[in-house]
Formats: sequence, structure tokens, C-alpha cells
Amino acid sequence: MQVTMTVNGKEVTRDVEPRLLLVHFIRDELGLTGTHWGCDTSNCGACVLWMDGEPVKSCTVLTPMAAGREIRTVEDLEQDGVLDPIQQGFVSQHGLQCGFCTPGMMMTCRHLLDHNPDPSEHEIRVAISGQICRCTGYENIVRSVRWAAEHTTSEEVSA
Amino acid sequence: MTVTQEPETNPIGFGRMQRKEDARFVRGQGNYIDDIVLPGMLHGAILRSPYAHARIKSIDTTAAEAHPKVKAVITGALLETLGLAWIPSLSADVVAVLATDKVRFQGQEVAFVVAEDRYSARDALELIDVDYEPLPAVVDAKRSLDPDAPIIRDDIEGKTNNHIFDWDAGNKEETDAAFAKADVVVTEEMLYPRVHPAPMETCGQISDMNKVTGKLTIWCTTQAPHAHRTIYALVAGLPEHQIRVVSPDIGGGFGNKVGIYPGYVLTVVGSIVTGKPVKWVEDRSENLMSTSFARDYHMHGEIAATSEGKILALRTKTLADHGAFNNTAQPTKYPAGFFHIFTGSYDLEAAYCEVTGVYTNKAPGGVAYACSFRVTEASYLVERLVDCLADELKMDPAELRLKNFIQPEQFPYTCKTGWEYDSGDYPRAMRLAMDIAGYEQLRAEQVEKRARGELMGIGISFFTETVGAGPRKHMDILGLGMADGAEVRVHPTGKAVVRLSVQTQGQGHETTFAQIVAQELGIPPLDIDVVHGDTDNTPFGLGTYGSRSTPVSGAAVAIATRRVRDKARLIAATMLEVSPDDLEWEKGKWFVKGDPSTAKTIQEIALAAHGSMELPEGVEGHLDGSCVYDPPNLTYPFGAYICVVDIDPETLQVKVRRFIAVDDCGPRINPMIVEGQVHGGLADGVGMALMEVIAFDEDGNCLGGSFMDYLLPTSMECPSWELGETVTPSPHHPLGVKGVGESATVGSPAAIVNAVLDAIGVRHADMPLTSAQVWRATEGRPFRTDLAIE
Repeated sequence: MQVTMTVNGKEVTRDVEPRLLLVHFIRDELGLTGTHWGCDTSNCGACVLWMDGEPVKSCTVLTPMAAGREIRTVEDLEQDGVLDPIQQGFVSQHGLQCGFCTPGMMMTCRHLLDHNPDPSEHEIRVAISGQICRCTGYENIVRSVRWAAEHTTSEEVSA
Repeated sequence: MTVTQEPETNPIGFGRMQRKEDARFVRGQGNYIDDIVLPGMLHGAILRSPYAHARIKSIDTTAAEAHPKVKAVITGALLETLGLAWIPSLSADVVAVLATDKVRFQGQEVAFVVAEDRYSARDALELIDVDYEPLPAVVDAKRSLDPDAPIIRDDIEGKTNNHIFDWDAGNKEETDAAFAKADVVVTEEMLYPRVHPAPMETCGQISDMNKVTGKLTIWCTTQAPHAHRTIYALVAGLPEHQIRVVSPDIGGGFGNKVGIYPGYVLTVVGSIVTGKPVKWVEDRSENLMSTSFARDYHMHGEIAATSEGKILALRTKTLADHGAFNNTAQPTKYPAGFFHIFTGSYDLEAAYCEVTGVYTNKAPGGVAYACSFRVTEASYLVERLVDCLADELKMDPAELRLKNFIQPEQFPYTCKTGWEYDSGDYPRAMRLAMDIAGYEQLRAEQVEKRARGELMGIGISFFTETVGAGPRKHMDILGLGMADGAEVRVHPTGKAVVRLSVQTQGQGHETTFAQIVAQELGIPPLDIDVVHGDTDNTPFGLGTYGSRSTPVSGAAVAIATRRVRDKARLIAATMLEVSPDDLEWEKGKWFVKGDPSTAKTIQEIALAAHGSMELPEGVEGHLDGSCVYDPPNLTYPFGAYICVVDIDPETLQVKVRRFIAVDDCGPRINPMIVEGQVHGGLADGVGMALMEVIAFDEDGNCLGGSFMDYLLPTSMECPSWELGETVTPSPHHPLGVKGVGESATVGSPAAIVNAVLDAIGVRHADMPLTSAQVWRATEGRPFRTDLAIE
């Protein structure tokens, strides 16, 4: 079947099998491999992207369900060569090690900061509680989000 | 809350520094196995056994082969014709690539489909008809040696039981004598349950056999690319120079990605059969059910002491469940890994360790999950036993440990099972952890809370690791000595490249190893390219596991870089027309002693080395150095951990309120990265102590086959970690560094379990201490956590 959606601001149309998972559509059809796949059961959150402005686990969305919607992936965080504060926060505070959960984490945390610009440690932990990181013990992810909350302008993050 | 200090951006050498690799990761531009797409690439999928033990009567692949998108269906019968149905394990056994006679665990590989896309490959699995004759399964290691137990490994000629090995260390007679004279003996049965490393990225491989050139290129999630290449050469008879193993970005390893799995071999066969590149990436259930598990040690532990609390001796008789094939990855000489360092951090009169390994109808493996070759099990055993003794003697567990530590002046210290601990100052680390925790105040708070009926516990664990395997004369894997190579080359313009045999899975090697070269040569880390994970472009070595990268490869890089520096000295002497003996080194430059104005920078020397200047006699052009490092000993990082838990008296849910971790891994190359390594290991501890177990039912059905059942810690279960450090350099490592990758995973579970048991006043209960398990423990109903039976 034919499916049309907007991905990172660009309209895309593809013929797909109705059963194709959105995470596979994004990765295999569009080549946007920053969104990862980590489990079969919507537990790990490596596949989190935005659908109509809300973080979703794209391993649990069929591609036709995204028809007509706006998708945003990790590849869209950097704008005009300038990293988003959340990206710079993860670098600054060592919020990643292997990097596999990182795109999903950043998409969730960007959403958190858009709706709660000054989150407490507890609020950050709740926001990422549906996602798993095996490397960082979460401490530096929390610090990365706080860093991003405290550095909101592009001048501060242009490094 | 405030954030941590900003990393110093560009130290020329050791210090906090942002990671070089992060630029690609935060942009979603990492290059993991499943991100790699080759022209014409096909996709593989594995049919797995639904039974834990069954005879295969027949396999009908006709329908699958007729699927329009299927290119090949491979069974054990085909592999037998290639001599590849079985491959050697890493522990003197064999492993079935595809089952031929029987399946021996649920999830075992039975057939492999290669198709045009991953969905079609999965579809075709449904079309394969396997006729199984189910057999009784042995799930409980404690019953595997019963006379009436079904024989799992009847493929081994003459095998009449499920026994793998008996092994011991230490002195039995001296230990028995020490126990005989002891005032107090405490005995406990402990299970370290089967758990799984579960990296966020599962395992996978792409194999591309070029029939024209004969070159096989493999992209694999491997922590040990060189070892894989050599094993393929030895097993499949492929010429080693015609095999290239590339390890791309790896989404976490933790020991899960050391060995060669059947799926990897099947992509090679698939590529040979189809003439196309073949990709296979396992799904999460395949990862949890079939790849290297960890632990599964049934430990009977005994500790002997005087009534004053002087520990005299330790003894253990342990049953090791290795699953259906003995495929643990460890040095050949040590079938139980380094478990015999269960003497821990204490000065003992005697110790004796006996381990029996057995087969069960469960997935093979055993050494994985950041365990330092089973130091995890050893550390848990001794740290639990010491707490049991403290309970028996009514002594404070901190006081008991301080009373029995090996003292700083006793190093190097040879323990009663033969390990030579290189250096340590245990009392200092213990007291620092107690200071950070506010130990006395915590105990006072606990007394108050107990009076109010609240459940608060304080747990201590003091671990000694043994890492950096290892000296060639003692340690090999499949006959390959555990030495690692490194090559450093300074380009004409003064930039450099360092080539490594080890392979990062997130530990930040691209930064850390550049910092080692920077420290020794004065070239900024950003000017140093770190090349790794490609056997065509790096020197031989056994890879990254057992916290060995910095202790072994780090030493190789330091020595190779010092050789570059020595060569630069000869060239600088010619440039300055003086004797090399007249020169003095300061980071980044050689100058005439006492006259820094004469300095020739390493960049100037590099250009001269590549130029037309006449070089001194015996000195070749260019500026490079290499080293193959054979460690003279292992390194012994250690640490003092204190955990504070609160338990809800209604639900018995455990909440880790605080966790204090003082680690001593010698000097820290990049403290930011070291702290990150510790954080991750502490979270592992929370998972193992409170949540994680791969359990089975009596038919051998795996009950931990997805993240719905195998529970990993999230941000909600982990506290904000409180870290401290002491620095005791290793006397035999050129940089004094000891390695830290697995320290926290080794040390933390006992601290958490000790805290929970302290809170509920129970001497022992097995992990994971879920609400249900805490309830059983408080009711006096000990219960196995690894079996859904009893």
C-alpha cells in the first residue's frame, strides 16, 4: 500500500507492506539509521521518535498508522550545523557511552524540556523511565538534561 | 540540582575531556551492525527449537525453499557435508551450529533461512516443518548428576553422565585444619542466579565472501575481532590473510559479544552458498535465550573465625551450571575462571575452592556480564559470608572487615589460592567510603527507624578485582596467548595514529587511548587518530573483556609511544648536533639540558624524520614505534561500597536510597570516563540484586526471554550515585593504571543484598530480592529464584 508522511520536514511517499513497523520504515526505507531497534516488546525505547510532536516507540507503530503524520527523528535535532542543547548536554556531561540508547533518550528529553524547561531530577527520571540504558546508570543522562535546561541558546552550545 | 564540572576540553594527556566519538553518536551517525547495508545484501533468520531437549526425527524445508523470496535454506545436514555442523567451543568442548541429532536447549539453532528481506526470511521460518520427539529435560543443576538424569551430551562418545569437570585451588588439608581449630564456623548455601548482559544492541553479523578474490569480509558485533579471525581460520580452514573482521560501533557488549555464535557462522555459510553478502541480526528474545548468559553458580560457602572476629579460612564447594555446551570464554587453565580469588580482600591462613561443572538443558555460556572471569561470583560469595559471620558474632560488618583486611605493607600479597595482589590500601578506601556515607549517623538513624518499625538497611561490600589477563605463560584462549599489540605512528606534520587490538563497546577508547599517547608524547589528543576494530588495519591481540583494555593494551600503547619518544630523541640530537645523553624531555619536546630555548618539538622532529636530513647511524626514517605487551601480572583494582536501602513494610519493595562507591583503579586517564564506567556497573548491581534472573520451568522453558520478563533497572530504580576515589598505582604497569570496566558490576551486588538482609534481619536470601523474595525470606521460606518449580 502507498503511504505518505512528513519526516523531518520533508514529505515522503513509499509503497510498503501494511505490517511494516515504523522503525524499519525509517531505518530501511529512508536510511535514517539514528533511530535504533533494541527489543521486540516496547520496553527499551531505543526506537523513540516523535509522531505529531509526541515521543512514540516506533517499534510499536505500523507504518500505515503514521500516514499523514509528522515524524521527527534524531537526525533533525541539529539545525543549520548547530547542535541542539540536548545533544551538547549529552556530550558535555558524558550522558552516553555506547550511544545506542542515546537518540531515543534525546528525543524524549527534548520533548520534556519543551514542555518543562526547568525539570527536577525526579521529573527527568520519570520522563526517561520507559527507556533503558545499560551503560550510564542514568546519572549522567539526568545531568545532561539539566545541562540542556541551563544552556538554552545556540551561542552557548555552538562549540 | 547542579550539573557536574565542565570537562577540561583539551588536556594534552590525562584529565577530564569530552569524548571524541560523541560527535557522531549524538547526531545519530553511529555505524552499528544493522546500519550497514551492502549492495545485493540478503537477510538471514534462524529457526529455533521450542523444546529444551528433543530428538530431531526429520526436517522438511520444501515449502520454505519454494517461498519466492527465499534464496537458501540451510540445515545441520548441509553443514555436516561442509564439516561445520559443530565448531570448537572456547572451553575444550564443541558447540552445534545447527542441531543435527538432538536439540539441547530451548532456543537452539535448527535451521537458517536466507531471503531477500528480513520479513520474508521470518515468514519462511514458519514454513519449515520439524518433527521432534520430546525428551525429558534436566533443568536443575543439582539434579544433573543424579543416576537417572537424562544424558544431554550423548554426542560425546562414551558419555554416560552430565559431568563436565572437577577443579580445585588452594590447600584442602591446611584449610580443614584451620576450620578445625576455629571458634566459629558459618555455613551458607547461595545461588548466584543466571543473568544476562543484555546489551541494548543485540548480536549480529554480515558476511561477504568474494568468490573472485577469495576474500571473506565480516562485519560483526565482536569484542575480539582478531580472535574471531583466527578461529575462523582454524575451524573453517579459510586462509587467515583472506579473512577481514571489522567490528563497527558496538551498542554495548559486557561480555555478550566475545564468543562466536552459530548465527555468525551461518552468515558465512549463507554468503558462500548464495554468493551474496548475508546479514543476520538477532532479535531480543534470541539474544536473551541463546547467547552467553552469566553466573548460574550454586555455592556452598564456609567461613571460619576466632570468637574475636579474626577470619582464619574460607572454603567453598560450588556447582557450576554451564548449560548444554561448555562454551564459557576464559583462559584455558581456569575452567572456573578466576573464581578462586574468593579469598577477597582478607588476610587468611588458608582457603580451598572446589568447583564442579555440569551440563543442563539450558543455553550455553557462563562468562559474561562484566564479571572479570567470575570474580563477580567470588566477590559476592566472600562478601556475603563476611556479613553472615558479622551476624553470627554480633559485630559491625565494617569493623569486621577493617579487622581482617590485608594491610598496605603486605603488598605484593600472595593469597592462599595463588593470586599475587599487586598493590592496595584497603583501610584507606574503606574509611573514605564510611566518611562519605556518614556511617555512624546512618547506624544511629537505623536504630531510630527500627524502633518505629521501619525497615532500613545498610550494606557493605569490599571487593578486590583481578583483571588485565594476562601473562602468556599462564593464560591463553584456545591456545592464543593473551598479549596485545599496539602501533604508534607520527605523521610528517606531527599528527599521529595509534592502532589497537582491543575493541570499544562504549568505553571511549577513541578518547582514552589518544590521551595515553598525548601523555607520553605531548601531541594533543584531537591530533591523534585511534584505529581499532579492523583486523586488516590493526595489530593482533585478544580484544576487550575482563577489563583488560587499559591494563594490557594501554600498557602496549604507552610502551610503543615511549619507543617513539626514544627514537625522537636520537633524531633531535642530530638536529641539535649534540649527544642524545645531553637531551632532556618535557612533554612534547626534547631540549639541551638546562636550555629550554633549544627545544625541538615532537612535530618538528616528526618532519625531520620524514625529511632529507641525514639521520644518525642505525636510525631509520619516519617516526613510529610498536609493542606487543605481555603483562607480567594481573592488576588488582579494589573498592569500598556502601548501600542504604529502605523497604516498604507493606509491599516489601526495596528502594536503594543511597549508594557510595569508592574505587581505586590507580591513576585515572580520563576521570569522566572512569566515573561513567562505575555508574554503569552500579546499575548492573541494582539489576542483579533486585530484578534480573533468567529462570526456567521444569520442562526447560525459558521464563526470561523478553524485557517483559527479564527486568532491567531503569532510572527509577537507580539512585544518584555518590563516588569517591583513592589512588594506589600498580607497580608493574607502565602507567600504574589497573582497569575499571567491571569493578562496579563485581562489587555492587553484595552491598545491595547485604543492605536488604540487614534491613529485614535475615541471614541469607538469594537474588533477585524482589518483593516476593523479600516476603519469602521474612516468612522463613527460602525459595529458589532460578526455577519455577518447588
